[in-house]
Amino acid sequence: METVTITRRLDVKGFNCPIPIVKTAIQMKQMASGETIEVLATDPGSVPDFNAWIKTTGNALIEQTQDGGTYRFVLKKR
Amino acid sequence: MSTTLTETPSVSIETEMQQTPPKLDPKLVIFAWSGELDKIWPTLILATTSAAMGQETTVFFTFWGLFPLVKNEVRITGDNWMQKMLSMMNRGGIDHLKLSKMNFVGAGPAMMHSLAKSHKVASPAELLALAKEMGVKLIPCQMTMEMMGLKREDLIDGLEEPAGATTALLAAQGASTLFI
Repeated sequence: METVTITRRLDVKGFNCPIPIVKTAIQMKQMASGETIEVLATDPGSVPDFNAWIKTTGNALIEQTQDGGTYRFVLKKR
Repeated sequence: MSTTLTETPSVSIETEMQQTPPKLDPKLVIFAWSGELDKIWPTLILATTSAAMGQETTVFFTFWGLFPLVKNEVRITGDNWMQKMLSMMNRGGIDHLKLSKMNFVGAGPAMMHSLAKSHKVASPAELLALAKEMGVKLIPCQMTMEMMGLKREDLIDGLEEPAGATTALLAAQGASTLFI
């Protein structure tokens, strides 16, 4: 099984729509193809939003977990 | 047997939906006509999100929509008494927007900003800065600037050159458009 190496981390806990997506997009712009980023968010809307976002951007959501009120997303740049 | 038949297509459709890459380069053009806080806010939320989705995004600011682009510190604008009166009655600046309802002489917007802050919702000023950072094209309407007496130096930095309806409609070709 492929182990995921996280190259960047982004904490947007507490922030609401559209900040989790927008800040992630800004980070992703500076990343190379294949790089991964871990995003921590508390906005429940970020769950459907990240799943919609990967459809339009072609980036991959390789992990999505929840720990209490915190959502963790691991995204891989296309 | 019948179960397999009904299940197979739905699975393949699902897989196809997930694997089909976006067919065209989606674009979004928003005509920001309203200058009110509760209209500019969603305009900027949609613009920044659209840019985050990789869409070419343009906001064409016209009529009342131009006033949010006035620098916060600029007070009276215009050359003649009508234009000056307009800027007195309708103060420009992203930090001075009014609500379309429940304005209560500024108490409404103050409460709205307070709610936004406590819920960590980005303010219009923050979203405007993000929009610029993300390359959203912000075009002020040349004609409205002339008519309302707004000069380029009255407006914030980081905007596209003032332009007309043709420029806006050219950007709108093949794009999703919103008039807010």
